[in-house]
Amino acid sequence: MFKTVMRATALGAALFAAGLAGAQAQTIKIAYLEGLSGPFANVGEVGLRHLQFAAERVNAKGGVLGQKLEVIPFDTKTSPQEAQLVFKQLVDQGIRYMMQGNGSAVAIALSEAMGKHNSREPSKTVLYMNYGAVDPILTNDKCNYYHFRFDADVDMKMAALTTYMAQQKDIRKVYLINQDYAFGQSVAKAARAMLNQKRPDVEIVGDDLHPLGKVKDFAPYIAKIKASGADSVISGNWGNDIALLIKAAKDAGLPAKFFTYYAGGLGTPPVIGEAGVGNLKQVTVFHSNIGGSRTNAEVEAYRNRFPDSKDDFYWTSILAAVDMLTRAMEQTKSSDPVKVAPALENMKVDQVTGEGYMRADNHQLIQPIFVSTFSRANGKDVKFDVERTGFGFKTDARIEAKDTVLPTTCKFKKPKA
Amino acid sequence: MEFFLVTLLNSLSYGLLLFMLSSGLTLIFSMMGVLNFAHASFYMLGAYFAYQTSVYIGFWPALVVAPAAVAALGALTERYGLRTVHKYGHVAELLFTFGLAYIIEEIVHLIWGRAPVEYRIPAILDFSAFSIYSTQYPAYRVFMMLVSVAMLAGLYLALTRTRIGLIIQASLTHPDMVEALGHNVPRVFMTVFAGGAALAGLAGVIGGNAFVTEPGMAASVGTIVFVVVVFGGMGSLAGAFAASLVIGAVQTFSVGFDYSLLSLFGILGIQTNPESGWYDLWKVTIAQAGPVLPYVLMVLMLIFRPKGLMGTREG
Repeated sequence: MFKTVMRATALGAALFAAGLAGAQAQTIKIAYLEGLSGPFANVGEVGLRHLQFAAERVNAKGGVLGQKLEVIPFDTKTSPQEAQLVFKQLVDQGIRYMMQGNGSAVAIALSEAMGKHNSREPSKTVLYMNYGAVDPILTNDKCNYYHFRFDADVDMKMAALTTYMAQQKDIRKVYLINQDYAFGQSVAKAARAMLNQKRPDVEIVGDDLHPLGKVKDFAPYIAKIKASGADSVISGNWGNDIALLIKAAKDAGLPAKFFTYYAGGLGTPPVIGEAGVGNLKQVTVFHSNIGGSRTNAEVEAYRNRFPDSKDDFYWTSILAAVDMLTRAMEQTKSSDPVKVAPALENMKVDQVTGEGYMRADNHQLIQPIFVSTFSRANGKDVKFDVERTGFGFKTDARIEAKDTVLPTTCKFKKPKA
Repeated sequence: MEFFLVTLLNSLSYGLLLFMLSSGLTLIFSMMGVLNFAHASFYMLGAYFAYQTSVYIGFWPALVVAPAAVAALGALTERYGLRTVHKYGHVAELLFTFGLAYIIEEIVHLIWGRAPVEYRIPAILDFSAFSIYSTQYPAYRVFMMLVSVAMLAGLYLALTRTRIGLIIQASLTHPDMVEALGHNVPRVFMTVFAGGAALAGLAGVIGGNAFVTEPGMAASVGTIVFVVVVFGGMGSLAGAFAASLVIGAVQTFSVGFDYSLLSLFGILGIQTNPESGWYDLWKVTIAQAGPVLPYVLMVLMLIFRPKGLMGTREG
């Protein structure tokens, strides 16, 4: 009896190994590196479903170069140290493409690790698709030839946001509150510099940095904002940090407008609810109500694939990344990042939001940016509510792709193959 | 003045919530000599149970149902978990509660997912109770304070004015004697553990919707509750109360102070500029350092008065 079991197990193991080997030969692997446990796990899981959605679409059409895309999730615990270990793992497994987007500190660590690896082992070059880590440094001083960003960076979004704010004459006193790490600091810096330039009459009455993901009660911060007399607040907060901030503001009856980056991020609108209507704005490269039949079809397709109400279509940058990657592979008839990367440069992309292209000098995707306001869904200009909350975003302003281009300090050279 | 009053109220409500959490922890500690690492997990479970109950039968029943359910879990934990590992000593007990915290977190992931759940403040309490100058003060925070104070009074009366309280107090210091008098001391332990868990659960019920109900909530309050217990003195309820208010005030008020060592240098007339040595350290403001302050207080307390504010035993 024991022997039979042993034999069956051995056979099973052999078959399994063969299956794995077969799969390895036939798929193009994309590693997905994100915090899949810990305080921001929910955010990581949503991105993973978007990537699966994009990969399934490619695979349904027969894949790329006759191979299927395979998504392999890795848990970085949203920690730079952990992410570097994970990077070694994926290199060991022979994976050549990776995607990440939550946490600029993680992104900077990953980009540096990748840069070192690629220069040491050019034959095993890895390409990094960044769908949401928006610290400008990644496409400026610390840019890397094999790093491509598909979301607009902090400065581009802040430029769009401040252009919009400059037209709002009732804004007089602005308060900055951000998470105390690379991204939050760059939001504060950009806001200060750009407001100063576009509206020198606006006074910045406060500039707070609070610990990332640790504050449970924002009431003291709201009391401070209130005491400063601010009529507008700029915040790059995401996840619970933005939801709790808005909730506390509503509780205290703070009459200020909030200009944010991630008020519409998944998991946030249900917590904010009624508190945000009318006075909560966000600057993004996409929201569900930008209009057009293509946008609507895309949102509905995603909702059909992932019907859970806690899930919703958010990351167009992931779709753009997969779309451009597969086209670059088809163009070059190769799945080698060394050949694919040059093909991505200057490549055009036609998203639901409009036309865009990949900048060659710093590998930043140029695309339209939207400023929108949290509103009640009405079936017309607020057709889709986010996460079935009854609330959605309504466009205030659309900034065309060409107007979002900023100078860069990036000076990478194409590595010799 | 407006800022001061509002912040004072905020710090009170936060401090009282901390006390609800730490009172259970300190009771359990003084009884069993074990720091219960899973204590904050009971807080989280309280919030999730209340959310689930409020979905079906509303918030008010949840105020009773959720702590009761958490108490039942606490009783089971003590009876079949802690009591079993007790014979292997304190380290085993400590590790048991440590593991339990992780297990509870994973179970919460499995049942309710990783995203925050929509556990809302009941509509009847969702208004502003009064205004201080022009800042509204939400009624729910007043309600939170009332519940905490009622619980504090109830706990005090139960421990000092009832027979059960007498037996519990006696079991704390002289368990053998109490047992000799014919009381079932292990059952007293179980009751205290369940009671402590229920207090944490109740804190979860009222804290979960005031803040946010998500799987990370246990970890985020867990460490601060330990600070409260150590600072107040292990096993001292009065100490835990004082420590909760102090830590609550430190955390809330520090946010409002944008002073750094640079400002101090300015007053003292010391010239500094961004090229000066350690400049980055000097420019950290009290507001930025706020989250570290409770831990600094704890370390200082351990150095200068290891038994804590009102603790009875050394270190």
